Amino acid sequence: MHTSFLSHAGGRYFWLALVLIIACCTAYLLDEPHQAPNGGTWLGYTLGTMGALLILWLLYLGRRKRNFIQGWGTVRGWVSAHVYLGGSLLVVATLHSGFQFGINIHTLAYVLMCLVIFSGGYGVWAYVTYPAARNELKRSQTLDDIFMQLEDADGQLKREIGSLAADIRGVVTSAIERTEVGGSLWAQLAAVDHSKVIIDGVVHANPDQVKVVSWLVQRLTIAEGAESKKLAGVVRDYGARQKLLRVIRADIRFNGLQEVWLYLHVPLSFGLLAALIAHIVSVFIYW
Amino acid sequence: MLEVAVIGAGPGGLSAAARCAELGVDHVLLESSPKIASTIQKYQKGKHVMAEPGILPLRSPIEFDAGKREEILDNWETGIKAVGVKIRYGAEVKSITGEQGNFVITLTNGESLEARHVILGIGLQGNPRQLGVPGDQADVIQYTLDDPDEYKNETIAVVGAGDAAIENAIALANHNKVFIINRKDEFARAKEGNLNLMMAAIDAGTIECFYNSAPAAVELLEGQEFRANLQLKTSTGEANIPLHRIIARLGAIPPRSLVESFGIEFPNSDQNAIPALTSQYESNIKGMYVIGALGGYPLIKQAMNQGYEVVEYILGHDVKPADHDLLANKFNGLPYDLDVDGVLALMQERIPVFAGVNALQFRELMLDSKVLAPAKGAAIFQKNDYTNTFFTILEGSVDIEINAQLRISSGVGSFFGEMSLMSGRRRSATVYAGDQCVVIETPRRSMIKLIASVEAVKRVLDETFIVRTIQQKFAPNTPIAELQPIAARAKIHQYQPREVIFQEGDEADTLHFIRNGSVTVSTFIDGRDVVMSYVPANTPIGEMALLGNTTRTATVTAAVKTETISIDKASFNLLLERSSGLKERLQALVQERHAQNVALQSNTESSDLLSFLMGQGLGEATDVLLIDEDICVGCDFCEAACAATHNGTSRLNRKAGPTFAHIHVPTSCRHCEDPSCMKDCPPDAIQRGGLGGEVFIGDNCIGCGNCERNCPYGVIQMAYKTEAPDSYWRWMLFGLGQKPGKGKAAVVGESSFKQAVKCDMCKDQHGGPACVRACPTGAAMRLSPEEFVDLVNVVR
Ligand SMILES: Cc1cc2nc3c(=O)[nH]c(=O)nc-3n(C[C@H](O)[C@H](O)[C@H](O)COP(=O)(O)OP(=O)(O)OC[C@H]3O[C@@H](n4cnc5c(N)ncnc54)[C@H](O)[C@@H]3O)c2cc1C
Ligand code: SF4
Ligand code: SF4
Repeated sequence: MHTSFLSHAGGRYFWLALVLIIACCTAYLLDEPHQAPNGGTWLGYTLGTMGALLILWLLYLGRRKRNFIQGWGTVRGWVSAHVYLGGSLLVVATLHSGFQFGINIHTLAYVLMCLVIFSGGYGVWAYVTYPAARNELKRSQTLDDIFMQLEDADGQLKREIGSLAADIRGVVTSAIERTEVGGSLWAQLAAVDHSKVIIDGVVHANPDQVKVVSWLVQRLTIAEGAESKKLAGVVRDYGARQKLLRVIRADIRFNGLQEVWLYLHVPLSFGLLAALIAHIVSVFIYW
Repeated sequence: MLEVAVIGAGPGGLSAAARCAELGVDHVLLESSPKIASTIQKYQKGKHVMAEPGILPLRSPIEFDAGKREEILDNWETGIKAVGVKIRYGAEVKSITGEQGNFVITLTNGESLEARHVILGIGLQGNPRQLGVPGDQADVIQYTLDDPDEYKNETIAVVGAGDAAIENAIALANHNKVFIINRKDEFARAKEGNLNLMMAAIDAGTIECFYNSAPAAVELLEGQEFRANLQLKTSTGEANIPLHRIIARLGAIPPRSLVESFGIEFPNSDQNAIPALTSQYESNIKGMYVIGALGGYPLIKQAMNQGYEVVEYILGHDVKPADHDLLANKFNGLPYDLDVDGVLALMQERIPVFAGVNALQFRELMLDSKVLAPAKGAAIFQKNDYTNTFFTILEGSVDIEINAQLRISSGVGSFFGEMSLMSGRRRSATVYAGDQCVVIETPRRSMIKLIASVEAVKRVLDETFIVRTIQQKFAPNTPIAELQPIAARAKIHQYQPREVIFQEGDEADTLHFIRNGSVTVSTFIDGRDVVMSYVPANTPIGEMALLGNTTRTATVTAAVKTETISIDKASFNLLLERSSGLKERLQALVQERHAQNVALQSNTESSDLLSFLMGQGLGEATDVLLIDEDICVGCDFCEAACAATHNGTSRLNRKAGPTFAHIHVPTSCRHCEDPSCMKDCPPDAIQRGGLGGEVFIGDNCIGCGNCERNCPYGVIQMAYKTEAPDSYWRWMLFGLGQKPGKGKAAVVGESSFKQAVKCDMCKDQHGGPACVRACPTGAAMRLSPEEFVDLVNVVR
């Protein structure tokens, strides 16, 4: 029925990758070249060619997944193969290098490749972990639903403070108006909260709405009669609003963590392609 | 005295009056609204009107071809002027009495006219319900709103609480002060989206609502800023609103009761029933004729042709109907030396199910049907095909292969294919053509219409369905004749969604066979009903108790609208006697169900999930898109893939739709067993596909929007066609054009118009549904009902 990309077709590509790794390792161990193992031996060339072709094929996923019309197989299958065969590249390329590293274009290509693979590894982990965590966090609602609830909560609070004293109105209104969510990538990932509130004409930082809630609670101690009852309602509803904001911020953060690796993975892949070309060209020219 | 009074200036009435004028027949055309063709006036501005069915020639003194609404209306206006039609606007007919040669027609303003013949072409839209208070004829009141932007800076009251009222009020509120007058204390009849908009507008103060209020009177104010005063009766007393305009959206009065008051009879109380007419469009009242949509012909061209023909018939001319050549072509290869009417008569004589159908209806049925002469041995349809047409045998015979052992032969006059027609499920047998065989294939929609209007057809089909079901499911080796007495005692039951079929603890006295729809099985555990399983159509239910103990061990409830056939205990025992092996087969089924129930009973989450899925209409689905939220990364590739493969409009909305546990039901077509969307499509553009069973909309959609309203799951959109997606490499390498999968809003071609679009299960794509194929993580899945139970098990 439905399976995740990791177990696509009974883990077909996992086994394929495993066979590939074992075959490469066996060949490497059995091979007895006349020189120290490196990319220039017969086996080195074979592994290098395999690795280069693998890289090109891995890059092609970017095209395949956007080919909605004639694409071959399912994207899930492609992703599954991408993940496992991409992982096996680490072994293929390392064996190709014969563990000979230095400060040169060849090692640069190798390092870039490792970064691409590791960022991809993180991506797999993130794709497996975060969707479920976010679903749990939002209790099966969408982020839009929660934003809608926030809007309702804001409206409700504005109505409630309508009949309260001017200082309360000022503080709550400014806190609502100056609530911020999202922001730069960094702000999203670190869940930095730049929300502000104006109290007595002074702008205060109001992360997690803590400042305004504590002000309201203090204000409640000096409120009397009907005002006190109404203000207690405001405090309660502001608490609910704070919770909604927490969910929103956590979800935005999770979303960032779920997607951030792509900002490394994709550009580095193109860097890798360039370095790979330089590596191959230089091998043929200077050899 | 007039020769002919034509009532209703729609396409049918206009054409009839124009033909009268052309032939110099003394006539009048009575139209209730202030302009011609009020139905067409109400189409959206600039709508492209289609001239379906394309193969039917037009026969009318006035022009009609596909084109813009405005052009067509202009053409008609000039057309009727040119031939000298005598039309009277604002003339709403209230009653017709008298008889052929001497009809008296009375208008709502009290005036009456006399005519020898009456042609009724009042369509199906009905007349808008009026306020019904003093002053409600004043011109400050209008019953439609064409263009809300026409009014600015006015004070306007919208009366009504349905979708039309809400949509008007919201559109008007952009530039005007708007009140909405609601008789109740909530907007219960409105769609959810409209309700939310309304509540938001009331909260924001852009619309002011009077709840529990009804108009009491309208007084005109002369020479003042406001044109009138609307007096309201509210729950707290009286209120007055000075205003410029009142828009009353109180719905339309369906024309049926009016038509019945003229003496015209309908065959039954079914909503879709149409009056019985002769092949010359004459009703049960001599001299009173019915044409167009009211007579069951929902397209403009048909109505216009009938308008022409009916005048010819009244004058006693022997004209062939416009569709004559179409039928003649259809009957071309038949081995009879007869004209079209002769062949039609022969067909009705040979095929008993059609015997009771009147000539006009039968003609219409044959226009929709195909006449096929398959080679001997060719399969007419295969077991498990998803087709649902109905077949009758005109010549030769066919072989029906139910299973490897059972093959029955059927001869001239009998029919087959009624099982899938009635249940909406896959074919249960393969049918092979015999020697010299000629069969008539009738589409489902035409048959459904026929069943709704001809009682005899319904009865014959039901009886046959029952006896064939009993044979197939319980006694495959017993001849039909022996099963006849059992079948005669079986009954058909109808259940509404959530209606209980039988209750846990009841005495078990009948077996039910689900003929269409589906049911859930639940038991009472720890003070609540726990749903254990879902049973689709084409299966027996309630056999457990009949085989063993005598009380019901579970409650069975209809998940959607469901029909069952019940067999009582005595008949059931008779069946067990007659059919060897039946007992063993049923026992095996019982065991399997027991095992499933035990597995599910212990888990309330899966039970809740099952109930949730049923609540989302999955009980009538044949194929549905679900998303596992625990794996979905929200990349929207499913939507992008859908748009890229379907003219730029995604037919699924991933984010919309409810989620339970982590199973999300996006807004996307469920490909229902008995699709509500298909019920009222004038050009019959919605079809059901072959093996996949997909419900899809063809290019002949005229954009009327009926299906959008009829689909209970809101999955149909009205959309323009957009351009094909740009090249990937151009986007990737040079950043040119649009990202693949982001459809362009650009409309293709000048004459483009909104048509209905929805999921077609990618029937034209290789490799199956693009949404599922494009999902990188495997979260998107398409399931058939048989797989729901597995899903629920996996979830545990
Ligand atoms: C949105 C929409 C889009 C459509 N698009 C197309 C299309 O593109 N192509 C197509 O072929 N069909 C289309 N149709 C269907 C088409 O409009 C109808 O089939 C056609 O109008 C039927 O014609 P008629 O003459 O039978 O009735 P109508 O057109 O309904 O005309 C009936 C007339 O009778 C008048 N009337 C009613 N009651 C009385 C009374 N008591 N006294 C006097 N007069 C009365 C009405 O005011 C009206 O003018 C569409 C329908 C809709 C709703
Ligand atoms: S469009 Fe609506 S009614 Fe029609 S098959 Fe799809 S879900 Fe069912
Ligand atoms: S809008 Fe829907 S009902 Fe109307 S013609 Fe098109 S497919 Fe048929």
